[in-house]
Amino acid sequence: MSMIPADLRYTKSHEWLRTLPDGSIEIGITDHAQQALGDLVFVEVPEAGRKLAAGNACALVESVKAASDVYSPLGGEVTAGNELLATQPELVNRDPYGQGWIFRLKPSGSGGAALLDADGYRAELAAAG
Amino acid sequence: MPYIPHTGEDIRAMLDRIGVRAIDDLFDEIPRELRIDALTGVPEALPEMEVARLAAARAAADGRPLNFIGAGAYEHHIPAPVWALASRGEIYSAYTPYQAEASQGTLQIMYEYQSMIAGLTAMDVSNASLYDGASALAEACLMAVRAHRRSKSARILLPATVNPAWRRVARAITEGQGLTLESLPFDAAQGRTDPKSLDRFAAQDITAVVIQQPNFFGQLEDADALTRWARANGALAIAAVNPVALALLAPPGEWGDDGVDIACGDAQPFGVPLSSGGPYVGFMASRMEHVRQMPGRIAGRTVDAEGKPGFTLTLQAREQHIRRGKATSNICTNQGLLMTAATIHLALLGPAGLERVARACVARTRQLVAALARLPGVRAAFSGPRFHEAVLQLDRPVAPLLESLGAEGIAGGLDLARDYPELGNALLVCATETRTEGDIETYARALGRLLGRAAAA
Amino acid sequence: MTMRKPEPLIFELSRHGRGATAQYPAPEEADIPAGFRRKQPPPLPEVSELQAVRHYTRLSQLNFGIDTHFYPLGSCTMKYNPRACNSLAMLPGFLGRHPLAPAATGQGVLACLFELQEMLRHVTGMAGVSLTPMAGAQGEFAGVAMIRAYHRARGDTARNEIIVPDAAHGTNPATATMCGMKVREIPSRPDGDVDVAALDAALSPATAGIMLTNPSTLGVFERRIVEIARKVHEAGGLLYYDGANLNAILGKVRPGDMGFDVIHMNLHKTFSTPHGGGGPGSGAVGVGKRLLPFLPVPVVARDGERYRWLDERDLPGSIGRLSGFMGNTGVLLRAWVYMRILGAAGMRRVAEFSTLNANYLLARLTEAGFDAAYPGRRASHEFIITLKRQAREQGVTAMDFAKRLLDHGYHAPTTYFPLLVPECLLIEPTETETREELDGFVEALAAIRREAESDAASVKSAPHTMPVRRLDDVRAARQLDIAWKPVAA
Repeated sequence: MSMIPADLRYTKSHEWLRTLPDGSIEIGITDHAQQALGDLVFVEVPEAGRKLAAGNACALVESVKAASDVYSPLGGEVTAGNELLATQPELVNRDPYGQGWIFRLKPSGSGGAALLDADGYRAELAAAG
Repeated sequence: MPYIPHTGEDIRAMLDRIGVRAIDDLFDEIPRELRIDALTGVPEALPEMEVARLAAARAAADGRPLNFIGAGAYEHHIPAPVWALASRGEIYSAYTPYQAEASQGTLQIMYEYQSMIAGLTAMDVSNASLYDGASALAEACLMAVRAHRRSKSARILLPATVNPAWRRVARAITEGQGLTLESLPFDAAQGRTDPKSLDRFAAQDITAVVIQQPNFFGQLEDADALTRWARANGALAIAAVNPVALALLAPPGEWGDDGVDIACGDAQPFGVPLSSGGPYVGFMASRMEHVRQMPGRIAGRTVDAEGKPGFTLTLQAREQHIRRGKATSNICTNQGLLMTAATIHLALLGPAGLERVARACVARTRQLVAALARLPGVRAAFSGPRFHEAVLQLDRPVAPLLESLGAEGIAGGLDLARDYPELGNALLVCATETRTEGDIETYARALGRLLGRAAAA
Repeated sequence: MTMRKPEPLIFELSRHGRGATAQYPAPEEADIPAGFRRKQPPPLPEVSELQAVRHYTRLSQLNFGIDTHFYPLGSCTMKYNPRACNSLAMLPGFLGRHPLAPAATGQGVLACLFELQEMLRHVTGMAGVSLTPMAGAQGEFAGVAMIRAYHRARGDTARNEIIVPDAAHGTNPATATMCGMKVREIPSRPDGDVDVAALDAALSPATAGIMLTNPSTLGVFERRIVEIARKVHEAGGLLYYDGANLNAILGKVRPGDMGFDVIHMNLHKTFSTPHGGGGPGSGAVGVGKRLLPFLPVPVVARDGERYRWLDERDLPGSIGRLSGFMGNTGVLLRAWVYMRILGAAGMRRVAEFSTLNANYLLARLTEAGFDAAYPGRRASHEFIITLKRQAREQGVTAMDFAKRLLDHGYHAPTTYFPLLVPECLLIEPTETETREELDGFVEALAAIRREAESDAASVKSAPHTMPVRRLDDVRAARQLDIAWKPVAA
C-alpha cells in the first residue's frame, strides 16, 4: 500500500536514491520503511565530508519500538546531512521522499549495491509478503 | 506443598482438561534419557520456622562489630520509613514497568530518582540505576568510547587513587571491547593525582579521564584541574563520586570550566544497608548530548490520551530488547528496589539533612584520625583535605592488628598491603555520622592496648 | 484501583525550611576549603516525614505487583515471593555486616552462600558455581567471557562468533557484542525448534559458542538438544544455557546433562527473589569442568569447618571481578531461604506445577477459540498465543488486549516478544496460582474478544480504569523530560 515514486531508484534495504541536477545523489528511506518503523523520534544523519564505502551504515532512524541503520547504497563523500531532522524527525514519516531526505552524497564512481527501479522494489516488497 | 495451592481435585480436573493422565506426561517432549527422577545434593524441605531458626543463629554468629571500614560501602543511618515503604508488596513484588498504566508508582519514583541524581551531580540527565558503583564505572568507560566519536584509541586514564576493586571490575568488563585503561601515579605526600602527571599524555589520543572524588584514600582530588586537562586535551571527563559528599563538595557538573561529561558512583549510602556487599545501586548521570549513549532504563514524563501527565519508559531504542547486538549495554534488570530506597532516603533527608550527614562524616573522621594518630607508631599518611576516610601508616603489619581488633568486636579498617604495597603498613579507616565520640575512643583505646602490648612483648 | 487525581512530584510538595528533622544528625563543623565546596545546595525536596510516607505509599498504590494481581508476564516468572525470604535476609546480623570485615566475622553469611552454591550446582548438573553476577545479563556476560577466555587459553584465538537463535532474548546478542564477539543469528523452524540445517551452516572454525534458552522463548522444549550439543562440540564451540526458563525444568532435567558448558540462573525468577520494580536480580553462573578455572571471583570455599572467599590469587585464570564486593548478597540470602524451605522435592514441584498451570491455561484458551502459536506442541511453563486473526479481522492488536486486561484486574502477559511471532502474548502463569485465578484470566480474555467484536473502539482505547489512560510514548521520546529542574528564581 506504500508509495513508490517511479523516478527514483531503490535498495533491498529500503533506501531510495535521487540524482540531483549537480550529479550528487540524495538518499532517504522509503515510505514502506517509515510505515514499518512507526513514528520516528530520532534521526542521526552523517556529517558533511564523511567518506563512505558502499554498504556502510551511516545514519540511524529510531522510533519508540524499533531502531534501524541506514546504509549508503554507493561509495562517496557526504555533501550534506538533513539538519532539519534533528528537531523534526517526523518529516521522514510525513514526507519520506521530499523533506524527509536523510543525506546527500557525491558518488566516487565505484560501483555500489545492485539498485532497483520502482517495479523491482515493488516486486521485492511483494516477495517479502 | 510449599507455595503451591493445588488440591487433589484441582490436579485431576486440570489434567483431564489437558487430556493427559499424569503430570509427568507433560514432560514427554523431553528425551527420556535426559530426565532425572530425583535431585541429589539438595537437602529436604524445612518448615519456615526451622529455616528462620537456622538463619537467626547464623546472622547472630556474624555479630555486630563496631565498624570503621568504608572503601566503597558506607554505614549510614537509615530512616525507618525507607524500608517500611520499599518493602510494600506493590513496590517489591512488581517488575520493570513494561505496562506503564499499571506501573505509574514505579515510573514516577524512577523519574524522581533521576531528578535527584541529576540535581546532586549538577548534570543534565540520569538513568534509573545500574548494578553498583564498580560496574557503573565500567559502563561509563564504555559509554565514553561510544560518545567520543573522534577519538579512535579507546584509551582511558584511570588514576591509581580510584578504588582498586572498581578498577578491576572496569578492566574485566571492558576488556572484550578492547579498551586500554592506563594507570596514573599519585602524589606521595597528598595521596592524590598530580595533574602534571597527565602531561605525558598531551597530544595523544586519549578518550577519557576518570576522576574519583573523594578518592579511594578519602583525599580530595584537584577535580577542576583534571577536568580542565581533559577538556584541553580533547578527552571526555568521567567523574566517580560519593553522593553523600556532594552535599558539601562541588558537583561534577561544575568541575573545571563547564563540568564533566559523565558522572557515576554508588548510591548505597542512601538507604541501602551494608548487607555483606550488596545489593547496592549504581548511578550514572551525563550531559544531555550523550543521553543516547547511556546504558540502562530511563523514565520520562509525558501525557496520556486525555492530556493528563504520566510516566513511561523512554529512549528504549538504546536498549537490548530493541537494539539487540547494537544496544548501548546488555543491562536489563537493574536495581529498582534500591533505587526506590535511595529516593525515599533523599526525600527524607533533603538538602539540609544531607548536608548535616556530610558535615558529621567529615567531623567524625577528623576526630578519628586525631585519636588514632596520637598513638605511638601511628601517623596519617597524607596531608590535605579529605572527606570521610583516611590512610594511616603503622609501624608494623596491619593484618594481625585487624584480626585482634575483630576479636574485640571492632572492624578496624581495610589493610592496604595488597593493593598499595608502596604505602608500607597502611590502613584505610572511615567514620560516618553513625560513629560517636565514644565509639572512636573505644577504637583508639583498643588499638593503643594492642600496640602497647606488642611493644612490651 | 480507582481513578484518582495525579500524585504530585515530591518536588512539588517541597517548601523551603521544611524537613524530616528526626532523621538529621547534630550539626557539626566541616573543615573543607572553600575551593572544593558546593556553591548552591542540591535541589532536593524539603518535605516532612509524614509527607514523604504518604507520597510513597500513594505511589505504591498506583502499581500492580504479584502481591496484588495475577502477573503472567512471560519469561519473567512472576511467582509468589515468600515473605520469609525477605524477613530472614534482613536480619540485623546479615544487614549490618561490612563486606570487607574479616571472614572470621562472616561465617554465618558465608555458610549460607556456600550451601546456595552447592544446591545450585546440583540442580543444574554443573561442576562449579559463582554467585557474583548481579543480574541475568551480567551472568550472560560472565558466561560468554568465560567461553572467550577458554578459547584464548588454548591459543584458539580465531573463535570470535557466537551463534544465537532468532527467538533469543535481546540480552544474548547484546552480551556477545559486549564481549567483543560477532553475532550469528540462526532461524527457528515453524514448529519452534532450532533449524539444525541452519546451525550446520553456521558452525565453523570461527564458532566460539552458541547461546540457547531451553525451553526456548517460544515456550517449547528443544527436542534435538543432544544432537545440537554434539554438533557444536564437534565444531570446537561451547554451549551457553540462558537460564531464564529454568523454572520449567527444575529438578526434572539438568542443563549439565543436556551438554551445556555454562549456565546462568536468574535467582529472581526461578528462586523467587522479589523483582523490586526492576531489580535487584541475581545471575549466578554454573560451569562444567572445562570452564572451572575461569569462574568470576569471588567464590566461597570451605576449608574444614571454616568458610573463606577465593579471589584472583586462588583462581588466576578467572575472568575477574564483576562487582565491587560480592554481587547481590542479599538476593542470594533470599534464594537460600527459598531453596531450604522447598527442599529437593519442592524444587521438582516447581517445574511440575508451573508446567501443569501453563498447559491447563493453554488448553482452556484454545478451547475458548484462541490460536496457539505452536499448536501440537506441549507448553513448557509458558506458551504463546497469537492474535494475528483478531488484528486482521477486528483491527484489535495484542497491545490492545494487553491494555484491556489491566481493566479486568490482570497484569498483561509479555507482548511483542519473541519478535518472530506476530501479535503475540507470551503467557507464564507460574506454579503459585490457583485454578480459579487461571479460569478468571481465561474469562477475561474471552470477554475482551467478545468486546472486540461488538465495540472494538472500547478495547482499542483501553485502559479505562487505570490511574492514567494510554500514554504518549512518541511525545515522551521527542520532547524528552527525564529530570525535574527547579524553576529559575
